[in-house]
Amino acid sequence: MIEQAVPFTPQLTASPIAEILWLIPAVPMVAAGVIALLKQPRRTAAATLAIGSLGFSLLLSLVAFGHVLAGWSNQVAVRETVNFTWIQVGASTVDLGWVLDPLSAVMMVMVCFVGLLIFIYSTGYMAHDENFTRFFCFLALFAGAMLGVVIANSLLLLFMCWELVGLTSYLLIGFWYQKPSAAAAAKKAFLTTRVGDIFFLLGIVWLFNDTGTLLFYDHGAGSMEGFALAGLLSHHVALGLTVAGAIGLLIFAGAAGKSGQLPLHVWLPDAMEGPTPVSALIHAATMVAAGVYLIARVYPLMSAGMPLIRAGAVTGTTAALAVVTWIGAATAVFAALIAIAQNDIKRILAYSTVSQLGYMMAGLGLGGVAVGMFHLITHAFFKALLFLGAGSVIHGCCDEQDIRRMGGLKVDMPLTFITYAIGMLALCGFPLVFSGFWSKDGILEAAHSGAIQGPFYLLVFGALLTAFYMTRQVSYVFFGYWRGHHPAHESPGVMTVPLAILAFFAIALGAIGTPAWPWFRAFLDGRSAAFNWHGFAEPGLALLMLTSSLVVFLGIGLGIWLYGGKSPSPEEPDVLEKATPWLWAGLRDRLYVDEFYGATVIAFYGWWARAADWLDRWIWGGIVAAVAGFFGLWAKFNRLLDMHFVDGGFDKTCEEIATGGGLLARVQGGRVQIYLRILAIAVVVLAAILFWSSRA
Amino acid sequence: MAWTIYISFAGALLEALLPKDRHGLARWLALAVALAGLVIAVAAYAAGMGQGTTVIADALWVPSMGIHYKLAADGISRVLVLLTGLASVAGVLFSWNIELRTNQFFAFYLALIGGVYGVFLSFDLFLLFVFYEIAIVPKYFLIAIWGSTRREYGAMKLALYSFAGSAMVLIGLLAAYAASGSHSTTLADLAHAGLPVPMQMGLFPLVFVGFAILAGMWPFHTWAPTGHVAAPTAASMLLAGVVMKLGAYGCLRVAMGVFPRGLDPWGFSLLGLGSWRDVFALLAVVGIVYGALVALAQSDFKFVIGYSSVSHMGFVLLGLMTLNQIGLDGAVLQMFSHGVIAGLLFAIVGRIVYDRTHTRQLAELETMHLAKRLPFAAWAFVIAGIASMGLPGFSGFVAELQVLVGAWNARPWWTVAAGVGVIVGVAYTWRALQKAFFSDRLPTPDEHPKTGWHDLGAITWPEIAGVALLGISTIVVGLYPRILLDSIEPAVKALLAGGVQ
Repeated sequence: MIEQAVPFTPQLTASPIAEILWLIPAVPMVAAGVIALLKQPRRTAAATLAIGSLGFSLLLSLVAFGHVLAGWSNQVAVRETVNFTWIQVGASTVDLGWVLDPLSAVMMVMVCFVGLLIFIYSTGYMAHDENFTRFFCFLALFAGAMLGVVIANSLLLLFMCWELVGLTSYLLIGFWYQKPSAAAAAKKAFLTTRVGDIFFLLGIVWLFNDTGTLLFYDHGAGSMEGFALAGLLSHHVALGLTVAGAIGLLIFAGAAGKSGQLPLHVWLPDAMEGPTPVSALIHAATMVAAGVYLIARVYPLMSAGMPLIRAGAVTGTTAALAVVTWIGAATAVFAALIAIAQNDIKRILAYSTVSQLGYMMAGLGLGGVAVGMFHLITHAFFKALLFLGAGSVIHGCCDEQDIRRMGGLKVDMPLTFITYAIGMLALCGFPLVFSGFWSKDGILEAAHSGAIQGPFYLLVFGALLTAFYMTRQVSYVFFGYWRGHHPAHESPGVMTVPLAILAFFAIALGAIGTPAWPWFRAFLDGRSAAFNWHGFAEPGLALLMLTSSLVVFLGIGLGIWLYGGKSPSPEEPDVLEKATPWLWAGLRDRLYVDEFYGATVIAFYGWWARAADWLDRWIWGGIVAAVAGFFGLWAKFNRLLDMHFVDGGFDKTCEEIATGGGLLARVQGGRVQIYLRILAIAVVVLAAILFWSSRA
Repeated sequence: MAWTIYISFAGALLEALLPKDRHGLARWLALAVALAGLVIAVAAYAAGMGQGTTVIADALWVPSMGIHYKLAADGISRVLVLLTGLASVAGVLFSWNIELRTNQFFAFYLALIGGVYGVFLSFDLFLLFVFYEIAIVPKYFLIAIWGSTRREYGAMKLALYSFAGSAMVLIGLLAAYAASGSHSTTLADLAHAGLPVPMQMGLFPLVFVGFAILAGMWPFHTWAPTGHVAAPTAASMLLAGVVMKLGAYGCLRVAMGVFPRGLDPWGFSLLGLGSWRDVFALLAVVGIVYGALVALAQSDFKFVIGYSSVSHMGFVLLGLMTLNQIGLDGAVLQMFSHGVIAGLLFAIVGRIVYDRTHTRQLAELETMHLAKRLPFAAWAFVIAGIASMGLPGFSGFVAELQVLVGAWNARPWWTVAAGVGVIVGVAYTWRALQKAFFSDRLPTPDEHPKTGWHDLGAITWPEIAGVALLGISTIVVGLYPRILLDSIEPAVKALLAGGVQ
């Protein structure tokens, strides 16, 4: 590495801006509450509140970012925390708190900025929806919860906001709940992520049990700091896995659920049932990236026990990070393969998101926090751009989502086309100009320098597929001739201006992460960065850049060769389908993962539930019935005994008495109200007697 | 605080004496009595913060046997009295539409409440037992007279289970009393009597199971779903809300308090179980998973909630068996939390939905488009549902988290197994939610569903007030759990110091 490792002085005491950091999530949440209380027609008020609150949060996070940046340029590593006790258990406490450090500062600026653009875009996209205010209420609530995840300094607070984020995601996927597919997708999303969350919760419980704290940083006493980590490393679970590694894996299961990693990726493509701005904000830019952010947050735990982290270059790995790497790389290829055979414009992007999240995870596993986070940030911009562009296309084509019924839109929607093309090239990793190239290259470089080359080859293959499926999509949508029903039209300015801004960043962000000036990595790692042209001339690096460029060109070239300029009718089978029908069918049907789950896990639970129900109805119920029946029979037997043997001649006498009992019998008419009244009077009389006798 | 008991019984008496056609008067009287109870409970709770155990009344009641009329309260009692106050007010609000023998309904209702208050405040074993029995009787009448769906069967099953449990408890108590020779039946005296360990080991399971039947412990839980389903709304709210807590409270205060050594290891292990603690923890975990699974397979909306109670009460019992501070804290908090949340769920299903649609079959509700016709009910159920599945921000999360931490501390696999139950909990709640409210299956055969819709009736103010009361309670505790934990904590600590280990 080129940068010198100048040790930064740590800054731990909270500055005024860190003290009020809680306002960043709180203000949008309060805005959501106020919107919820608004009456339905107040559309302008709802949009203004949501946008205004997030704008405020953006300002505040920019100030916070500026504070961290100022510290960084003075060679101070800012990590300011504010903690407080939430509950007290015996001698130990469960604390919550928030943290201001480079990681949270970068993330909160991104969330606020992208979120704000998408909020503005939504005022155009959702203009005709009758539940406009409800939409902005949920959006604001989501933004608040997501920012809560970002600033949390406690695994528990993070988990709480994490669940709230999942809930708003559920509410927004099912926003058009009148559509059964939307309601089903929402339920699936919630359930699948919840499966991951249970592992996450177990990890939290375990971590708390072993370290006694859930704070990340607490002046040396936090769970991500040396003392606690040393304790976790000193115990082994099995097969050489340390407790730290086991907890890390449990937390990763939660992250995999949220970030759509194998095998919990199934909900994310279905989540596209939600409105498109939701897909852009939640299911592309921010929430699904929360899993990656979580792993970046607990990276000290994941990497605990690693031989050496030297000057930002990660050498060696741990069991937990190896799992993260392999799952990420496998997801990257798996989802990219499926994306090839999809025809819904948003589903292609959804599988692309799953695939890119795999890249981020692999980046974290191989190259550390900065590598994964850089791809997270660039991806947030260009994927939000692509989704909003897709929304603009859908809007312009009167809610058509099938790419086979589009075509030639580069003429009808020029602004959308240009911005979309920028987003597509950034996603493909087109060399030098686009941010995606640099962030993806960082991951490939880390993979290449790893001990095992498997993930590297997977990720390169994924890059080829990415370029290919995106070329296919763009050819179908923007080139050829129009195959839809209604003529398409360009979207209003409120939608295209956010596209242009995002497109600008899809290009410009690359500048902060080139090998010549790796500012982003230095900023996150707390080191200084110097500009140096020789960064490009690192041995092996130029070759790697060349390789990845060639792969991208190959993917785009293949795409143009197979799909460019052709406009097959919607009924015509795909070019690849003609060549390999079986492979195409498998990819189109998403490699049957859903069907597999339906036949195994879900069927198993259903069977188990019915078995338990049967047990309850017939066995436990039967035992009760048998006991009752036995006593009934016994009672009958006793009655017979009584009637024929004991009573005998006694009956005669009784009959005479019985006639005299007629008077009393009238009281016992079986009418509860009379019983009650007598009971009540009796109690009153009794009380009176007691009262008087005690006085006497 | 003793006035909570007296006012409730006095209210029950007054209700019984009311002329039977004055429905409005009966309702307002019941509400006034319940509110008075709640106000006293809140005031006493606030005053009792950081006070430890306070004795309210102590007099020799039956001198020949050493039975005391001893009322007292510690942090655990105060929390549960508070819960009873909340549940009773909400129950009255959700019974506002009772037209059949209104005054008698509220008479039984308030008598039940009075008995419950009594149990939570009794520090004498026989007094506790008397109140416990008082609480059981009105329950039978409430279900048998005002219930629905096999109400006689449900009521009788409930009563028989309860009395079987009581019999077991009584045997245990008499034996303990006889063996102690201390000529006093106060809990403190019995706990300090130093009963021989083998005897404690013998009596503990008897008393524990006797109480745990009412807490819905698997496999003695089957009274709960049928009883809940048969009961009128307010009764099922009380049944799940406070009566199941009587059982759990008895387990904690009596079984574990008087026979602390009953939990000691047996000295040998059978199928991996080495003590009564292992046995009951296993049953609790089975209950958590099993209850959730059965809830997943139900076609009746109320059965879903009924079985969910079995699952959630499993967390209480598991928390008790962790025998550590955080687990026991969680168990007591879960008693409160489940009382509030289950009350809310039953209110929505029984009052808001059933009283309008007259069906609880999910297959029929699916065709009714309730999200559009009863948006209030749909959103209330979404909130109650996410509270029930233990989402952060609601009381259930804090409680279950503490139980899970405590269980991990004791035996990690308990936590893992309970985690499976939590996942299934999400599944059944969402399934019921979607089928009941957000499905748009058309009624068959019917092309124009809208023409077939009769008016479901507007949501009334008592319903809104009741939902708000319970909903706000669970959120307040969820966000600021110290409001209850600061009371529970020292009481549990004292209990642990008193021998439960």
